[in-house]
Amino acid sequence: MRFDTSPAPHVIAGYTVPRVMFQVLFALVPAGIAHVALFGPGLLLQLSVACVTAVLAEAAALRWRGRDAAPALRDGSVLVTAFLLAFSIPPLLPWWLGALGTALAVLLGKHAFGGLGQNPFNPAMVGYAILLVSFPAEMTRWPVPMDVDGVHTWPELARMSFAGFYGADLTTRWDGYTGATALDSIRSGLGLRYTLPELLGRGDIAGTLGARGFGWINLAALAGGLYLMIRGIVRWHIPVAVLGGLLVPSLIAHGLDSGIALGPTMQAFSGATMLTAFFIATDPVSAATSDRGRLWYGAGIGLIAWIIRTWGGYPDGFAFAVLLMNLAVPFIDRYTVPRIYGRQA
Amino acid sequence: MAARAAFPAGLVLDAHKRQASAAPIVELPPPMRVVLALDQGTGYAAEPVVAVGEAVATGTPVARTDHPFASALHAPFAGTVVAIEARAAAVAGGRCVCVVIEGNGSDRIDDGVRPVADPGSLSPEELARRLRDAGIAGLGGAGFPTATKLASARDRRAQTLLLNGAECEPWICCDDALMRSAADDVVLGALILRRAAGAVRCIVAIEDDKPAAIAAVTGAVERLGDAALTLVVVPAVYPQGAERQLITTVMGVEVPAGGLPADAGVICQNVATAAAVARWAARGEPLLSRVVTVTGSGVERPCNVRAPIGTPLAALIAAAGGYRDTPLRLIAGGNMTGRALPSDEIGLTKAINCVLVATRDDLGPRLDATELPCIRCGDCANVCPAGLLPQQLHRAVLADAQDALRQLGLRECIDCGLCDYVCPSQIPLTDRFRGAKHRLDAAEATARKAADARERHELRTRRLQDAATAAQQTFESVRDRARTPGSNAAGGTD
Repeated sequence: MRFDTSPAPHVIAGYTVPRVMFQVLFALVPAGIAHVALFGPGLLLQLSVACVTAVLAEAAALRWRGRDAAPALRDGSVLVTAFLLAFSIPPLLPWWLGALGTALAVLLGKHAFGGLGQNPFNPAMVGYAILLVSFPAEMTRWPVPMDVDGVHTWPELARMSFAGFYGADLTTRWDGYTGATALDSIRSGLGLRYTLPELLGRGDIAGTLGARGFGWINLAALAGGLYLMIRGIVRWHIPVAVLGGLLVPSLIAHGLDSGIALGPTMQAFSGATMLTAFFIATDPVSAATSDRGRLWYGAGIGLIAWIIRTWGGYPDGFAFAVLLMNLAVPFIDRYTVPRIYGRQA
Repeated sequence: MAARAAFPAGLVLDAHKRQASAAPIVELPPPMRVVLALDQGTGYAAEPVVAVGEAVATGTPVARTDHPFASALHAPFAGTVVAIEARAAAVAGGRCVCVVIEGNGSDRIDDGVRPVADPGSLSPEELARRLRDAGIAGLGGAGFPTATKLASARDRRAQTLLLNGAECEPWICCDDALMRSAADDVVLGALILRRAAGAVRCIVAIEDDKPAAIAAVTGAVERLGDAALTLVVVPAVYPQGAERQLITTVMGVEVPAGGLPADAGVICQNVATAAAVARWAARGEPLLSRVVTVTGSGVERPCNVRAPIGTPLAALIAAAGGYRDTPLRLIAGGNMTGRALPSDEIGLTKAINCVLVATRDDLGPRLDATELPCIRCGDCANVCPAGLLPQQLHRAVLADAQDALRQLGLRECIDCGLCDYVCPSQIPLTDRFRGAKHRLDAAEATARKAADARERHELRTRRLQDAATAAQQTFESVRDRARTPGSNAAGGTD
C-alpha cells in the first residue's frame, strides 16, 4: 500500500477565517436591531449599499491585481469592513456617500496595501475618516432617536431612507428629522459656557443609559462583544484597554470637575465606544501583535478618543484614534516582543 | 506531588488514547524478517559489521558506531543476513541503508548476551559505555542515544534525572501501557540511569490523565525506590512531554536558548528507555524490541504491541487486526509531530512510538485545508509553548530574512505543530519553519566555510608576506655587511 506523505501536523482545529468573520457579523446583530429600533431602517439601506459596493470593489481590486477573486470573497472579511462602516455612518446619509466610503475603504484602505492581512489601517475607519473630513455636515447629522419623541414615524423614516432626501428643497425637511448627536450637542453646549448638569438635564442629550439612543446601541454592541469574547474570537486585551484608556481619564477628569467633564458611564455608552472597543479596534490585521502590545494599542485608542472628545474638533474621535494607533503599531510591536523561552528578558 | 504547567501556553487536545490503551500489550511473534535501518531516525547511521549471508543469533551486533548521534544495532532473533541495501526507511530523506535479517526459527542466543552481574558496581562511565554498546536509545520518539545524553549530564554535573512519562501527544499510549505493566522495570532502570548520569536524584513525571500508570509507578517507587526518587504528576497539556517544557514544569527552570537540558542541571530520559535499561541489566539483552502503539481509525483493533526493532510496519498492523476503512496516511508518531511514511514495508525503528493509520475521520479539515493570507489574529502566539510569535516568523520566512528569523527565535521552535493547529488561515507554519531551519543551517554552514576559507587565505598571505619580509631582511643584512668598510665580501665600487 502507498500512503500520502504530507508533513505534520496531521490535524488542525478547522476554525477558519470565514468562520471568524461570520461570527463577527453575527455578533453585530444585537447592535443592528437596537440601531433600527432607534433610528429607523436607514441602517438596512446603508448595509445593503455597503455590502454590494464592498463585494464589487473587492472583486474589481482582485481582478486588477491579477488574483483569483473567489477565495477572497468567500473569506467574508470585506463584509466585516462593509458592516463596520455602515454602522458608523449616519443612517440617513445619502446612499452614494456610503458607497463612496465603502469603495475607498476597500480600494484605498485594503487593496492599495496588498489586500487581506497587509493593510496597516483599519479599512472601515479609512473610509469613515475620509467621509468625515470631506462631508462633515452630512456625517454628523443623525436622526432624532425614537425613544424620546415620536414626531416621526417608521414609514416616514423608511421613505426618507430609500427615496433620499438630498437637495436644497429637502434640507428643511431633513432638519426636522435629524440633529446633532448627544456628544456633538455636549461639545457645542460646553463651548457656549453651559455646564454639564444643565446640558444633561435638557432631555435631548442623556438617555436612560448614557447618550440618548446611542446608549442602547452601545449596550447591544457590548453584548455582541461579550459573545465574541466567550467564543474566543476576541481576546480581552484590546476591549479592556480601549475602555480603560477612555474611562480612567474621564473618571479622573469628572472627579476634578464634574461641571465640564463627562463621567465614565456617559463616555462608555455614547458615540462609537463599544463598537470600537469590541469590533473595530480588535481587527487583528491592523492591531498590535502581542498581548502586551495590544494593551498599549487599546489604551492608546481609548486615551486619544478621550482627548478628541474633550478638546478636539470632532465630537467622537474614535475613528481618528484607531487610525493614529494603527500608525503606532510597528513601533509598539518592536518594543513588546514577548520573551522567548530560554532567553533572558 | 502535582505540578502546574509552567511553560508558555500549550493546548488541551483530543487525546484519542482510549482506543489502544484498554487492552494489554500484545507480544508480537517474531516476524519472518526484520529491516534494520542503520539510521534509526536521528539522521546519523551506524556501520554494518555483518555481511550478506552471515548467520546471526539473538543479540548479535549487526551495526556499530562511535558517532554520538547514531546507535548500535543487534539481531532481534537468530537467522541470516539476506540483504544490506538502501531501502525506504523512517528517516529524513525517506531512504537509508538497511540490514535485512531473515529468521530461521532457532532460539540461539549470542554469546555476548549475559546478565550484568552488578550494575551498581560499575563506574558511571563504564555503565554508559555498555549502554552504548547495547544500542540503548531514547524510546520517546527521538531515538537519541542514551549514552550521549548521560555524558552531557556528567560533563555539566547535572544533578537531576527527569524521567519523562508525560506522553502528551494524541493517540500515543505505549508508555502508559508499559508503566502499567512494567512499572518495576521503569523504577529499576531509573536507578541505573541516575547512577550512569552521575545525578543525585530522579523525578518521574506522568500526566494526570494516566491514573493507572501513576498508581503502578507509585507502588514500584515505594517497593524499589529510595528517597531521591520521586514522582510528579503534571497536567495533560500538549506539549507537556516536550523535553524543555517538561523541565520547566517540573523544575521551574528554563533550558537556556541554544543550550542543552544539562545546562539547566537536568537530563531527560523516557520511561520506556529506563525499562529497556532494566531489561538489559537483568538479562544482558541489548535493545531488541520496543512497545509501540498501533492505532487510528484505519486499523481494526487498536492496541499496544511489543515488537522487535526492524519489524515491518505491515506486521504490526496485522497484529492490530489489519486495515479497515480507507487508510490515507501511515504516520510514525502522533498526529501532531509524526512523520507520514510512504509504505508499510518500512521497518520499526527505536524512535517510532506509534503507528497511526489515519483515515479521513482522523485527518478531518487538514485534508481540505486551503491556505488564506495571515490576518495577524495571534492565535498562534497564544498557543506557542516556546513563547514565539509564529506570525512574525512566518513573515520573515516568506521574506527569507535570516537575521530576523534568528532574532525572532526560529531555533527555539520545537516543531510541536500547535500554531498550524489553531491557524484560521490554515497556513502550514510548522513545515515552513522546518524548511527555514534547514536553510538557516545551510546558510550558517556556508558562512562558516567562507570564514574558514578567508582565514586560511589571510594566514597564507601573511605567511607569504612574512617570508618575503624575512628574505628582504636577509638580503639587506647581507648587503649591509658587504658595504661595511673592511669587509671584503663583495668588493667596493669606489
